[in-house]
Amino acid sequence: MTTKNENTLLEIEHLQKKYEDAEVLKDISFKVDIGEVTVVIGPSGSGKSTLLRCINGLEDIQSGRIILDGKSITDGKTKWSLVRQKIGMVFQSYDLFPNMTVLENVLLGPTKVQKRTRQEATASAEQKLLRVGLLEKRDAYPRQLSGGQKQRVAIVRALMMEPEVMLFDEVTAALDPEMVREVLDVILELARGGMTMVIVTHEMQFAQAIADRIIFIDGGEIIETGSPEEFFTQPKTERAQKFLNMFTFE
Amino acid sequence: MQDLGIKVLFEGSNFARLLSGLWVTLEISLASVAFSLVLGVLLGMVMTLRNPITKVLTKIFLEFNRLMPQLVSLFLVYFGLTTAFGIDLSGQTSAIIVFSLWGTAEMGDLVRSALISIPKHQYDSSAALGLTKLQAYSYVIIPQTLRRLTPPAINLTTRMIKTTSLVVLIGVVEVLKVGQQIIEANRYTAPDAALWIYGVIFFLYFIVCYPISKLAGRLEKQWRN
Amino acid sequence: MELEGFEVLDLVFMKTYAPLFVTAAKLTLSLSFWGILFALVVGLFCGLILYFKIPVASRIISGYVELSRNTPLLVQLFLLYFGLPKVGIIISSEGCAIIGLTFLGGSYMAEVFRSGLESVEKSQIESGMSIGLDRLQIVRYVVLPQALTVSVPALFANVIFLIKETSVFSAVALADLMYVAKDLIGLYYKTNEALLMLVIAYLVILLPISLLSSLLERRLRYAGFGN
Repeated sequence: MTTKNENTLLEIEHLQKKYEDAEVLKDISFKVDIGEVTVVIGPSGSGKSTLLRCINGLEDIQSGRIILDGKSITDGKTKWSLVRQKIGMVFQSYDLFPNMTVLENVLLGPTKVQKRTRQEATASAEQKLLRVGLLEKRDAYPRQLSGGQKQRVAIVRALMMEPEVMLFDEVTAALDPEMVREVLDVILELARGGMTMVIVTHEMQFAQAIADRIIFIDGGEIIETGSPEEFFTQPKTERAQKFLNMFTFE
Repeated sequence: MQDLGIKVLFEGSNFARLLSGLWVTLEISLASVAFSLVLGVLLGMVMTLRNPITKVLTKIFLEFNRLMPQLVSLFLVYFGLTTAFGIDLSGQTSAIIVFSLWGTAEMGDLVRSALISIPKHQYDSSAALGLTKLQAYSYVIIPQTLRRLTPPAINLTTRMIKTTSLVVLIGVVEVLKVGQQIIEANRYTAPDAALWIYGVIFFLYFIVCYPISKLAGRLEKQWRN
Repeated sequence: MELEGFEVLDLVFMKTYAPLFVTAAKLTLSLSFWGILFALVVGLFCGLILYFKIPVASRIISGYVELSRNTPLLVQLFLLYFGLPKVGIIISSEGCAIIGLTFLGGSYMAEVFRSGLESVEKSQIESGMSIGLDRLQIVRYVVLPQALTVSVPALFANVIFLIKETSVFSAVALADLMYVAKDLIGLYYKTNEALLMLVIAYLVILLPISLLSSLLERRLRYAGFGN
């Protein structure tokens, strides 16, 4: 049994989030170990995206703690711009900066935030763009790329900051079906390379293939957790079973 | 010293004269707006015709009125028509003609784009509901169009009122001219009058235009939903 | 040129006095240039303040915007040129013209910049945040470039608007195009010629800018900005 302390990268403790008076996240607690891929699934409105946004500080929380590398990042004293360098996030809506080329998009963070040299950052960028198959698009503008290409660039942009953990928020939900696979393949490769990840997705087969652990959320609470084998074949709760039934046809 | 200046405002009928000058301004602008609304709707409908000749003519009319400073158009009518055709138009009449033409051009463009922008399916779904063409227009199309047109039309009114200030430069006795007269008359008794008179005129314009533009803003926000 | 006693146009007259119009046009253009430049600076500054909703400053600037947009330039100029000297502030005609344009133009430019800034989607800002950019960096690298690009057509429209407004400068003793035209009509009664040259002068100034504006608008739409 591995000691939780040494291997635990991210800890969420009793997270609570409210929008006005409505509780969106009720009492969320879980741990993410180094190299572990956690997939969060659940129905729409269950709070999965909000959870990721809370981890990244894009949403504030009403109570609970988030601990990264043993240090709390929700104590009010955290400089989020520093924390966000360790937590990479890719969104559903790609959101590349339209006024910059692909290369400029991915270099912005390393050069302006981390003050790395342009040569070093460019070398790293080109290597990553090559790995996702987009090196020849380095001088293209986002409007010239397809959705799948934009999403792959967004992943590179996040990776350029050398994060410790990557968050993926339904990154294929807005893509045409033909392009979903190319993006999922990139994420799969990242996982095999040992990147710690928390993924929110609707793609069940992808979840089954990539996850080390599944967290099922509904109505702002964690209903069930387990290994993918357990969850997809023998869910422990009725709500989980009902949810899975929506994806199978008789 | 400034005491004397502000006193001028309260002397005799000075303030009343200023207000009557302002009324001249308002008469001109409101008359022009009225003409513009009516003629603008007609122009807008003409602009939607597919006839290439009307398209070119209306486009030239629109662009000329938009590009030329209104003061130039005023000169063209006030000085130009007199010599060209021997008609002697007063400054006020010239102003109403010029501003009405300008307003018609602006309204026409607004009406044209409002007419085009109504999605075709509005016409289709009205027909599907069994409304006659007349009913479709009265209950569906026209209310929507009016809603879309009202805020910009109100905006045009404020612009019209401000632009009417130009007529002082062709000799019309409106509020600025009255102000000049008062200042001139009190040149020795109240040498500082200019500051106060023009200051008051500044605020008179503000008091008239601000509520109108706020109204347009509020309507736009209300009706956007 | 005379035809049966109906005089068409005195081309000689026009040729003789064209230089006057050219000089006046240059004056108009130079005053416009400075007025518009300052208006842009003032507008950007005010637009940013309104965008960030900075407490006291936004209120003041909103007040300024309402005041300047609801009063005619002519009245503003009269106040500057005839009114201020009464409290000891004497500004030259050119100064009044530029200040007036800046005062009026600044508020229109501020509105353009503010709405340009607000048009940048929240998701763009969040993208910037998630790669660790701080607030200032996000404004500088993400928001401002996009806002400026989107604002270009409206800025051009304001430029044209302001140049048109300069036609009132003769009221503060400047020998601009209107002044020259009026003078020639008064002195020589060559109304048609003077008016024609007046119209041509303004067309020469404004048409190129208008065409450039339409061109830029089309190119921006192609590049995926604006609607």
